[in-house]
Amino acid sequence: MNIHTIATHLNKLADETETGFNFDCTPINGDIDVLQVEIIGREEIPIFVSISDNQILCIAYLWGENEIKADLKANMMEAMLEMNIPMPLSAFAKVEDKYVVFGALSINSSLEDIELELVTLSDNSLEVISEMDSYLN
Amino acid sequence: MSIFKKIITAVRGGASEAGEAIVDANSTRIFEQEIRDSEKHITIAKRDLTEVMAKQMQAARELSQLQASIKEHEGYAMQALNQGNEALAIEVAEKIAELESNAADQQQANESFLKSADRLKELIKKSERQLTEYKRQLTMVKTTDSVQKATSAITDNFTASNSKLLNAKDSLERIKKKQALFDDKLKAAEQLESETPEQTLKTKLQEAGIGAQQNSAQSVLDRLKKK
Repeated sequence: MNIHTIATHLNKLADETETGFNFDCTPINGDIDVLQVEIIGREEIPIFVSISDNQILCIAYLWGENEIKADLKANMMEAMLEMNIPMPLSAFAKVEDKYVVFGALSINSSLEDIELELVTLSDNSLEVISEMDSYLN
Repeated sequence: MSIFKKIITAVRGGASEAGEAIVDANSTRIFEQEIRDSEKHITIAKRDLTEVMAKQMQAARELSQLQASIKEHEGYAMQALNQGNEALAIEVAEKIAELESNAADQQQANESFLKSADRLKELIKKSERQLTEYKRQLTMVKTTDSVQKATSAITDNFTASNSKLLNAKDSLERIKKKQALFDDKLKAAEQLESETPEQTLKTKLQEAGIGAQQNSAQSVLDRLKKK
């Protein structure tokens, strides 16, 4: 599995999508291949897909450290921990100064599994931002 | 220091700045070398084990043959004694003594092979556990490295395209607006479809009681009453 296979699959889905969404995928250059996946209508929160030796990582950036109401940070983190297990397929993490939701899949996942993961991750990120609204500036 | 701790310390210490890797390529190579070495040790140990087990089986087989032979010769000795042939009995007894000595040697070899086999099995299990652990740690190192590189690529891409990640609330707001617009369009389209001019006129006429009226329970009842 590589990001180009994923990109080709998602880009040509159009009306054959199983999730009801359309995708726009652009590879990003760098030390390792990263695929920027935009779900049409949700371009503001793209999902980044990278592939390592044994897993496929899908990451959506939620908010930066500077967007959190400082006095509510501990409460926000507790709420995120509590939400972590109920949230389907995704988990919270922090990358540098950004809070993210991510999903890790086996390198042997099918393209349909990846599509479902991406859509679920996107749904989760919108819901999380909406639910965590009171902790953010 | 465990790899987990190393990663946490490095991330906290800001080692991720300016392309500085959390665990440098050299330590990854050392790790991979250790995994290869472990795998090699396991393969050698498994081959040794097969050899030791084969030797043990051979020793056990020889031992049982010797024991059978001892029993057989004991029978011969008894028969010679019964015949009063002391000289033959002594000759057979000497043979038995020799067989017993061989059997003792085989017994010892058998036990020693069994012990070696147990030790090798234990060693293989231990090495396999170690190998799993090395692999788990290498995954952590590689994933950290991969996320770091991906993040750097994403950040560079945003800088290059002169755009930046939006504030979370703004992003959500925009997406919701787009969704609302889409829903409105869908609703409008549905409405438009149900409001074709012909349909509207028909409805208006019906409302005015002109033309074909829809049969209602009341109208049926009224008709029946009139009969």
